[in-house]
Amino acid sequence: MSATAAPPDGAFEDVKTDPVSQWADERLSLYKGTRTLIRKVFPDHWSFLLGEIALFSFILILLSGTFLTLWFKPSMAEVEYHGSYYPLNGVSMSEAFASTLNISFDVRAGLLMRQVHHWAALIFIMAIMVHMLRIFFTGAFRKPREINFLIGFTLLILALLEGFAGYSLPDDLLSGTGLRIASGVVLSIPIVGTYLSYFLFGGDFPGHDFIPRLFTIHVLLIPALIVGLLTVHLILVFVQKHTQWAGPGKTNENVVGLPFMPVYMAKAGGFMFVIFGVTFLLAGLVQINPIWAYGPYTPDQISAGSQPDWYIGFLEGSLRMMPNWEWNLWGHTVSFNVLIPSLIVPGILFTGLALWPFLEQWVTGDKREHHLLDRPRNRPTRTAIGVAGITFYGVLWLAGGNDLIATHFHLSVEALTWTFRVLVFAGPVIAFWCTKRIALGLQRRDKDKVLHGRETGIIKVSLDGEFTEVHQPLSQAEVYRLTAHEVQKPLELGPATDENGIPRPGSRALKLRAKASQLMFSDNVETTVDEAKEIEAGHGHH
Amino acid sequence: MTQTSGIGKESSVVNTLSARRRHPLAAFVVLFIALGLIGATYATLGSAKAKASASTGATPEQLSEGQKLFLSSCSSCHGTQGQGIQGSGPSLVGVGGAAVDFQVGTGRMPAQQIGPQAPAKPRAFNQGEIDAMAAYVASLGAGPDIPDAGAYDSDPKDRDSVSNGGVLFRTNCAQCHNIKGAGGALTDGKYAPSLRDTTTKHIYEAMLTGPQNMPVFGDKVMSPQDKKDIIAYLVNSRSVAGSPGGLDLGSIGPVSEGLFVWTIVLGLLIVFTCWIGAHTTKASRARIAHYEATTGKDAANHE
Repeated sequence: MSATAAPPDGAFEDVKTDPVSQWADERLSLYKGTRTLIRKVFPDHWSFLLGEIALFSFILILLSGTFLTLWFKPSMAEVEYHGSYYPLNGVSMSEAFASTLNISFDVRAGLLMRQVHHWAALIFIMAIMVHMLRIFFTGAFRKPREINFLIGFTLLILALLEGFAGYSLPDDLLSGTGLRIASGVVLSIPIVGTYLSYFLFGGDFPGHDFIPRLFTIHVLLIPALIVGLLTVHLILVFVQKHTQWAGPGKTNENVVGLPFMPVYMAKAGGFMFVIFGVTFLLAGLVQINPIWAYGPYTPDQISAGSQPDWYIGFLEGSLRMMPNWEWNLWGHTVSFNVLIPSLIVPGILFTGLALWPFLEQWVTGDKREHHLLDRPRNRPTRTAIGVAGITFYGVLWLAGGNDLIATHFHLSVEALTWTFRVLVFAGPVIAFWCTKRIALGLQRRDKDKVLHGRETGIIKVSLDGEFTEVHQPLSQAEVYRLTAHEVQKPLELGPATDENGIPRPGSRALKLRAKASQLMFSDNVETTVDEAKEIEAGHGHH
Repeated sequence: MTQTSGIGKESSVVNTLSARRRHPLAAFVVLFIALGLIGATYATLGSAKAKASASTGATPEQLSEGQKLFLSSCSSCHGTQGQGIQGSGPSLVGVGGAAVDFQVGTGRMPAQQIGPQAPAKPRAFNQGEIDAMAAYVASLGAGPDIPDAGAYDSDPKDRDSVSNGGVLFRTNCAQCHNIKGAGGALTDGKYAPSLRDTTTKHIYEAMLTGPQNMPVFGDKVMSPQDKKDIIAYLVNSRSVAGSPGGLDLGSIGPVSEGLFVWTIVLGLLIVFTCWIGAHTTKASRARIAHYEATTGKDAANHE
């Protein structure tokens, strides 16, 4: 647990420093003060670097975004374009759109920086999501990291808002269409929707106020919140230490890895430049958001294939597959066709995600600290719920591109819509069931390997003519890796009444908890440490 | 008739002047005759005009070859006189040579099967045969002719032409054909096809004739110059100058960008994470080996 507990042999106690550092340290005592920080140990695994992709792409977003603000004019004032992109010559447009064209065509490296900014944003949110999935499936959200999970969750929501705001700023036809939908979503909120929309847009859509307001939100408010929360997120990783996979010498009580300085710093720094390099390469080679092709926003135009950036795609799909239900009550329209898909569905999805650590803790009743990661197969129900969630999200996401799926696979949009309507309910159930069976199957395989060893493929024939396959026992390290996890037993409440006929104490919540616990853990067939020990002790080979 | 004569008798009794009056239905009769005359004149003149337009460069041999091809390849759906067959194919009387040149020239006709829409495919006839069929179909009734090259050859570098075409494209075409004409879905399996590789002649003919689900943009709705400008814009958008910034991923918007970032970019980044992660895994393995070798203890023994 302690920062210096790193490798078992304490090889880093006598750190060799270069003469300059030593000279400086003897006079400034820098090392003493920052030792706990720079000797902080980080375990290594490729999946622990996913969050870093988000961090470094965010840095790139800040840098390229600063570049863009030097020329971008967040103004809805109408101008006639006479810049160097002649296909739009003489077209009237907002200053926001004209300045974006100016950045793209007249500012040196402007188009490259715009594409860096946009690609980095796509990578940023993707990395956040992949990172979050890693946290979810390995149980890294358990105590003491629930708060950091919530901070990460908030960062995801902020990133979605920030991305959508940025996508909307150039005031092109595509993003204007997106804002039109956003205004529709706000309008669909019962009772206050109209007032809220007028408040946000400063009058009727589109108005002249929204782009300048969005600009302040995009370059000041949300980035400040993200930077602040990101700092807390990272400080908490330092304070709580990083989780690790179980393995030789790696327990719940220590952290095995490499020190922050110099090794991890060098690796992370190098990785930062890898991310920068990939993004710049991408931005140099692949076009993104060609606003000149969409043209300036005018409410009377629309292009086929109008979609938001991928991270809002699930909302688009949710809207697209929703049946057109609308009530008119006492002269007031209640638009279930917008309200349900764009507010209620994501509301349930995100609330479920945010509450999961607490829900799971309530079911397991486990209040201990966990620093070892779960292998997803050893928590089949959690893994299955996660995959069901991914499936639900994925169906919504696919539905957002239903027209392009239709044209590219020669299908009818209506048939696709109905397919998605069925899949959005059936898909998660099927995914849950399949995942759980696969996870349990993998548990059985692990058990088989621990108890019988690895199959070698060598077939022996006995004198009696019996064929047997030679199994090779696993290494001790491997056996440890497969059996280190705790076996969660389902909560048993015992008989309903004791021998004197007194009903068992316990509230309805406890019964519910027991039921949930049964659902989550009663199927597990994982190998226990005890079983493994029994084998090691030689109590009969299976 | 009996009723009208009755009325006449009655009125003659009342007033002799009224007997000389026009018959109450005479106005209708005159109207019918007039309408008939106008219709007949129009039909004669119209067909004469059709004959004339078809005869511009259409030789009798071409017409007979066109008819032969029509009978063998088109008549099973469109009828032996091009009058159309309910449920199979529409009437071709009055569609004009431009429609034939577009439909057959892009391979849409002859259609493989009845479906929501006939897709473009490699064409089945050479231009000579298509011209013969066009001449024959044009002879069935007046319609737009195959345009001259001057009508659709536009300059994709003409600034005014391209920018006017862009505005018109975004207003009239993009809602089905997507930006830069990448194509888009319509209802019930129908679709607006991609215009990325369509020849300028076929784009012009499509606007002129409104094939399949497309509306007709006749010369009164959209001037020939406007059509030319749209073509100029489309051709310009195919060039690097018209669409800078690298690979356009099909110009279908954020969906292909999202797909790209979640497959190729994520894949690449994960390769890098594995690369960076793997380097230490080896290092720590070496350290564990070193630990085991120097201390004689088993690093795997977690107790």
